[in-house]
Amino acid sequence: MDASVWITLALTLKVAGWATAINLVLGVAAGWLLARRRFIGRELVDAVLTLPLVLPPTVMGYYLLVVIGKRGWLGHWLQQSFGINLIFSWQGAVIAATIVAFPLVLKSARAAFESVDPQLEQAARVLGLNEWAVFFRVSVPMAWPGILAGTLLVFARSLGEFGATLMVAGSIPGRTQTLSIAVYEAVQAGQDDTANFLVAITSITCIAVLLAAGRLAPVGRVR
Amino acid sequence: MSFDVDIVKTVSSSERRTFRLCVRFHAQVRRTVIYGPSGAGKSLTLQALAGLLRPDSGRIVFDGDVLFDRDARIDVPARLRDFGYLFQDYALFPKLNVRQNIAFGLQSGLRNPSAQVGGAAVERWLQAFELVDVAAQRPDELSGGQRQRTALARALVHAPRALLLDEPFSALDPALRLRMRKELDELLNRIDIPVVMITHDPEDLEWFGDEALYLRDGQISEQRPLEA
Repeated sequence: MDASVWITLALTLKVAGWATAINLVLGVAAGWLLARRRFIGRELVDAVLTLPLVLPPTVMGYYLLVVIGKRGWLGHWLQQSFGINLIFSWQGAVIAATIVAFPLVLKSARAAFESVDPQLEQAARVLGLNEWAVFFRVSVPMAWPGILAGTLLVFARSLGEFGATLMVAGSIPGRTQTLSIAVYEAVQAGQDDTANFLVAITSITCIAVLLAAGRLAPVGRVR
Repeated sequence: MSFDVDIVKTVSSSERRTFRLCVRFHAQVRRTVIYGPSGAGKSLTLQALAGLLRPDSGRIVFDGDVLFDRDARIDVPARLRDFGYLFQDYALFPKLNVRQNIAFGLQSGLRNPSAQVGGAAVERWLQAFELVDVAAQRPDELSGGQRQRTALARALVHAPRALLLDEPFSALDPALRLRMRKELDELLNRIDIPVVMITHDPEDLEWFGDEALYLRDGQISEQRPLEA
């Protein structure tokens, strides 16, 4: 087994870790907004944010290229202003994994916040807490098991992300080639040993994460 | 104390017809009981007093202090109204122990009090309500009476200027209800705080009220003093 496998694993964990951290913050914020704030088009926002769950990852990848590619409006601006190019970079892989996995934490966080008894939040207000304190001291702790379960699902999903990542970040060994892409390349090249090993690592990691997620939120599981 | 209330609120929910709350009263006794059948708008009224429900129009004044005035665009948020509120099922924080629940409002910032939180006020109320022995327990390990005393201690610990009680006995079985009624009556006599209570139980009127407001279909139909 050559050393590049471990580089691939480290890169995959780095990409999944960043995607998970970003999704934790974004998912909790968006989940809370959808659960606790009433605004016009709320369910439409929910539907749009859930799209990555149902759209083919290649379609998501195409959208991303249109936005952050060299000729995309955001990509062009980043290139001109900061000299940043996200395409074929590991940061691009993080963005792809983040967006594809986002609905998982959004759904979990929204359901978790909706299951918090609003009366507890009312009680905290009467006791003198401002809205930030109510959020961090009542809503988040009460919703935490659901949020954590969703976050673990995001991590598992990010580990296995393939289509969008391949389109945005490509498959540069040691730089953007994640586990799932390495599996594909190994099979294509007839390197069965490498493929078997990569498949085993991926499967074990994902099973461990799913077990942890199921333990943390035995009720109200996603799906 | 005195409450001057003149508010209108229309509530529409999917499963119920549109409900119009149109409450006007002036209460100037130590203990006011708002009495009416369920669905009469008692809870909405109490929530409006506490700042948990924003009326569509009108005014709420407590002891000369304007808490809500639609025309003057005044709406003091609940956290600044300085009332104690006892929720119907107490709304204790399930993951915090008795001590933390009582100290909850005393601690500012974004973090909850620690499991060993102390301080003169917390200790005093633990003592006064005989909660010292269960101070480290969580709400689901408490008896109904202990839960109610914890909720009261939590509401009273920062010396609010009035106490609002939302059907404090409706969740209890009849035997316990009788005992708790007596207990709460004694407690309130001891700490001497103005009280507004809502209930649908006529017996609560006899026990608690100096004055009763009868609420029916969202309107005050009668206001009369009660025999001691």
